[in-house]
Amino acid sequence: MRVLYFAWLREKTGTSAEEITLPAGITTAAQLIGWLAARGPGYAAAFANPAVLRCAIGQEFCPLDTPLAGAAEVAFFPPVTGG
Amino acid sequence: MMRHIAIQEAPFDTAAELAALNAPGVGGIASFTGVVRGGDGLSALYLEHYPGMTERALERLADEAAARWPLAGCVVIHRVGRLAVGEAIVLVATASAHRAAALAATAYLIDQLKTRAPFWKAEEFGTGPRRWVEARESDEIAAQGWVNDLPPGADGL
Repeated sequence: MRVLYFAWLREKTGTSAEEITLPAGITTAAQLIGWLAARGPGYAAAFANPAVLRCAIGQEFCPLDTPLAGAAEVAFFPPVTGG
Repeated sequence: MMRHIAIQEAPFDTAAELAALNAPGVGGIASFTGVVRGGDGLSALYLEHYPGMTERALERLADEAAARWPLAGCVVIHRVGRLAVGEAIVLVATASAHRAAALAATAYLIDQLKTRAPFWKAEEFGTGPRRWVEARESDEIAAQGWVNDLPPGADGL
């Protein structure tokens, strides 16, 4: 699965995109956040407060409790601020 | 419907974009231009986006506007990268037979773009670190308040 990070999540994790193998037992975006947060200090900082995070699965905005089944691309980012 | 949707670093030519919306049957062309607002020592904005998803999101908003109002044309151009104070960030423009549809569709598109397209802004102050802009609740209220083709607060008029 391809995981993308934008804005300050990209800066804190130090990466914009990576390939991961979804660990057993991780079925939702929220659970993936918990797993990512344990990968290192940068990830812990990026994912410390899930309430301020948004996600997209397959390039569609989704609530964090959305199942990841079949997803090829997941992105995490703060609320959007364009315009 | 004539449609021009673009995400680009380069400046856009507003006059040329508006001229391109003029066509037989068009009676009104409305537009909104967003610019980098200075103040408090701000030197520039840095904008990033989610390539692929952004284009899809903007196409969807144009589809929605075209379904709500009888539009002859629609332009949405959003710049990314580093933009200095005073530079234009975004252009939304629509054309229709009459002004009401063009004005309403333009307002709808910019209200929706602010909360439904994956762009992120950071502020730059001199040589200091970038500061990511936080989303505003008022933008969310503006986007969600559109009912019966009228902007928030206008439904009683």
